[in-house]
Amino acid sequence: MASARGGDELRLLGTWSSPWVIRVRVALGLKGLSYDYIEEDLSNKSDLLLKSNPVHEKVPVLIHAGRPVCESLVILEYVDEAWPSTTGPPLLPCDPYDRATARFWTAYVNDTFLPAYRALFRSLTEEQRAEAFKNAVPKVETLDRALVECSKGKPFFGGDTVGLVDIALGSHLVWIRVVDEVAGTNLLDGAKFPGLAAWAERFMAVDAVKEVMPDAGKVLEQYKGFRAKWIAAAGSTST
Amino acid sequence: MAGGGEELKLLGMWASPFVMRVKLALGFKGLSYEDVEEDLFGGKSELLLKSNPVHKKVPVLLHNGKPVCESQIIVQYIDEAFPSCTGPSLLPTNPYERAIARFWGAYIDDKLLASFLQSARCKTEEEKVEGQKQTAVAVENMEAAFKEISKGKPFFGGDTVGYLDVTLGALVSWVQAAEKLYGLRLFDATRSPLLNAWAERFAALDTAKAVLANVDKLVEYAKHRQAAAAAASSN
Repeated sequence: MASARGGDELRLLGTWSSPWVIRVRVALGLKGLSYDYIEEDLSNKSDLLLKSNPVHEKVPVLIHAGRPVCESLVILEYVDEAWPSTTGPPLLPCDPYDRATARFWTAYVNDTFLPAYRALFRSLTEEQRAEAFKNAVPKVETLDRALVECSKGKPFFGGDTVGLVDIALGSHLVWIRVVDEVAGTNLLDGAKFPGLAAWAERFMAVDAVKEVMPDAGKVLEQYKGFRAKWIAAAGSTST
Repeated sequence: MAGGGEELKLLGMWASPFVMRVKLALGFKGLSYEDVEEDLFGGKSELLLKSNPVHKKVPVLLHNGKPVCESQIIVQYIDEAFPSCTGPSLLPTNPYERAIARFWGAYIDDKLLASFLQSARCKTEEEKVEGQKQTAVAVENMEAAFKEISKGKPFFGGDTVGYLDVTLGALVSWVQAAEKLYGLRLFDATRSPLLNAWAERFAALDTAKAVLANVDKLVEYAKHRQAAAAAASSN
């Protein structure tokens, strides 16, 4: 990895499979910034994590020259602004209106798409699965249209290069595919959403993304572990 | 005044705190705009549906006809699109301070407001108590944030109003209305003295007085909405 500008100390607290952590790692990679990655055990959070993010006690946390920045999207904008003249292009466009558009779609990913997807991720019964999938598809339709609007015929939401929206959505792709495999669904269906499906392939092929995406097999195992726990918990509540 | 040839139109609703947020930002930046009142329950305008097809919500700011949606995004847009207007920059210039402002901006809507609404609206006693507990934690965090960010000055933005003052300040009339409606007091002199003083200070500013909705009118509005909702659900 290219070295950080000015020898500033950068540390990232994360967990290997968290898509929110991946967002930050992709951004740092695109910017050519090197950092110390610290893997957290969320069942036994480090003092550093608790001290750096006392409000949420969550990852990712980016610590820059000793000062913590929390919340993945806040970190992304911070990285873009704190290192304006690095090797990679800006994550946010320069024009205020285009920036507002990028922020709008990033908020849509976080506040509308992901909660719908989360219901699918958490569904245990066939009924829950069908309901969740039905509810998630219109959000994917909207994102497919958003891609057309934002990309203006170019490869990414950010245009020629990966931008904020690409990172916000793309970092969840491994998990989306794993959940699809277990649920027997096909959320980013190439037949229904060819534009978005093609975008997903392009995003996954970007070097900075390939370097940090977790192994799908390992994610699948982790997901199966979660599901086993949820099923056991659901089964143990007496009616 | 907005610059020559710059047309600003705000689609809003008088009682919406998110609309008030945008009006506060426009006011502090010294920008004039056309204020369009939407009838959200009777029938949303064609312009609103066309300008915000994804969420169909207010506020929407139209700048020379181009729509910007989502209150916090609109406030940041106003700050960035009008850098050389009469008012100061709402977001700080330093990247780290900007990150802090964005962090707490998200916290205000996602945690503070969310838990406050839960404690006010929830039907079951259990949910209400949980909401109150979470609200108390959120207020405590916000109080500490104010102390750290203001560094002894009157506002989150320091000597002048900044992004967080606008973001949180927009909720002040509803905070006062909630006290009358539900007996819930968000900021109080004992547990959140700094925020309590800040809220009064903010509400006393000319721009805030011009923008923030009348508390009694909000109370009346809330009761009317509750009655309408009850009537609808009993049909």
